[in-house]
Amino acid sequence: MDFLTVLQILDSSVRLATPLLLACLAGLYSERAGIFDIGLEGKMLAAAFFSAAIAYTSGNVWVGLVAGISTSLVLAGIHGMASITFRGNQLISGVAINFLAAGMTVVIAQTWFQQGGRTPALMGDARFQEITLPGAESTIRGIQSQGPLGQIYSELISGHSILVYVALAIVPLTWWVLFRTRFGLRLRAVGENPAAVDTAGVSVVRARYVAVMLCGVLCGIAGAYLATALSAGFVKDMSAGRGFIALAALIFAKWRPWYALMACLLFGLFDAVGNRFQNIQVGEFVVPVQFMQALPYILVVVVLAGLVGKAIPPRAGGEPYVKER
Amino acid sequence: MEKMPKWADVILIPLISVILALFVSGLVVLYIGENPFEAMAIMIRGALGSAYGWGYTLFYATNFIFTGLAVAVAFHARMFNIGGEGQAALGGLGVAVICLTIPWPHWSLALVAACAGAALFGAAWAAIPAYLQAKRGSHIVITTIMFNFIASALLVYLLVNVFRVPGSMAPETARFPEMTHLPNAGDIAPWLGFRSSTPLNISFLLALLACLGVWLLIWRTRLGYEIRAFGHSETAAVYAGINPVKIIMVAMLISGGLAGLMAINAVMGEAERLVIDSVQGAGFVGIAVALMGRSHPVGVFLAALLFGVLYQGGAELEFEMPAVSREMVVVIQALVILFTGALDNMVRMPMERLFLSLRRRESGQETPAE
Repeated sequence: MDFLTVLQILDSSVRLATPLLLACLAGLYSERAGIFDIGLEGKMLAAAFFSAAIAYTSGNVWVGLVAGISTSLVLAGIHGMASITFRGNQLISGVAINFLAAGMTVVIAQTWFQQGGRTPALMGDARFQEITLPGAESTIRGIQSQGPLGQIYSELISGHSILVYVALAIVPLTWWVLFRTRFGLRLRAVGENPAAVDTAGVSVVRARYVAVMLCGVLCGIAGAYLATALSAGFVKDMSAGRGFIALAALIFAKWRPWYALMACLLFGLFDAVGNRFQNIQVGEFVVPVQFMQALPYILVVVVLAGLVGKAIPPRAGGEPYVKER
Repeated sequence: MEKMPKWADVILIPLISVILALFVSGLVVLYIGENPFEAMAIMIRGALGSAYGWGYTLFYATNFIFTGLAVAVAFHARMFNIGGEGQAALGGLGVAVICLTIPWPHWSLALVAACAGAALFGAAWAAIPAYLQAKRGSHIVITTIMFNFIASALLVYLLVNVFRVPGSMAPETARFPEMTHLPNAGDIAPWLGFRSSTPLNISFLLALLACLGVWLLIWRTRLGYEIRAFGHSETAAVYAGINPVKIIMVAMLISGGLAGLMAINAVMGEAERLVIDSVQGAGFVGIAVALMGRSHPVGVFLAALLFGVLYQGGAELEFEMPAVSREMVVVIQALVILFTGALDNMVRMPMERLFLSLRRRESGQETPAE
């Protein structure tokens, strides 16, 4: 395996890690505020469909992105209503949202496009194109003629869609918002001890709604990335469990932004390696591709089992807040 | 004092929630440009209008009874077992191992052994999340979700690399031997109009037995009492000398076993071989069924029947109204979960207020203040 092949695998890891990262950060805001969200998958899927559908009809991918985010926000609103206003079970609400998205996307896709639950292929301005950074080569021949550093720059760093760079930029932003602003302090406090926040005169309901909506925005971007950047159009069930891998990454990262980036890159790498090699020979053993696919889930169970450190979720997570009467 | 009479809690609220869910589904059908009442008529006719329809409706209902009971038992111990999908998949593996490795002389013996195998494999798949919840406090919802994905990868691996018939491309096991084929409704009750190809089989009776068994377990045994006590208040249960580790483990093992038993119907009764994705989402339907049935076996039975109608009727609907895709059933399922589960308080709060005001008017001025 030569250097360029390694770079290509890393490059595709970054592409595959991006939707995970966006969804993982989305879950981070929500869960830090004490609202469990297993509906990341559904929000992503719905956003993927509407962004692709609107990008196709309008011919402009940015309009599609806005549509995707709006869809995700509607679902986030339902989740907020169920788990904050009506103090329902957050997990059940998440399950409902996942099914709602899985069903609705296909039903509406069939009505709009009659192509068996998919959108027509997106072309030109209806897709996010790859950006070639200044001074980078974009052809394989050009990259092959470069030195190692140039190859890293051209293959790994350059040549992604704008959303990849946006996702990477949101990591430090999230860290700053959560740990260096008053808003972030309140958001985290609401997830740990809402009663204390309430006593201080800050609205628990408002803080939680804001967190859930931020989660909606990020899931919307993640979905739009899936349908308009990673692939060219929507197909049925295209999120393919990524929302749950993002959830796994969130636990793996113990609800911290920088670790979330690491976890998502790691899981993206698993995905990229699994895509490239069917079975991997390690000495005498052959690692089957299915093992690579299941690895993120297995790792999370190992972490949850407390074999490697201990993953402690925000203390008030999953509990509806009832003001004392 | 109860805020509402019992019948309102058990019947009225679920009924209103389901009507709300169907109403919103009707709006979706209307948006697609079809008549929702006509769609409903097609679904009911398709599901219940012929022996053919009943054969499929009750077949689906059998699956949903098992997965619904599985979720319900865990609910009684206040646990959310979202892993029915994976546990049922493993149950299928158990059935396949039993049916393929031992030459059974008669289907009844094979059925007993396959039940044991299915329940054992299903329970084993629930055992690790249960142990982690009981001993390590890892959230059961997260671990069971992860185990669904691990189960799916494991089954693909086994079907492709271990069980696949040599020379065949299809990732499925060989057909089970003749002697393990369960009698279906066509064999048992041909006078009702069932054909020999109907998927409804003797597992339906098994599902009814399971309903009875769960009722006896939860409301008529000491263990069931302990499970319910634990579900109501963990601290009170511990104070009363109930061992939380034991209750979590036992409740989840029973839950996993019930989910695994679904494979008797789907794998042994219908497909007669193990294929990829033999569960087809029934594990998740179980969540809707248990929520709607208020975790009571009778409720689970009725809700499973309703979902059987929806699944079979949905297939007919797609045939007669091509504009309405089959996924409409998933939308209805989602709305039922949303309204009966997550938005329960949206219906409950106004109803409680209504009943309180009714009661106040009845009692007049006798008790003006508390």
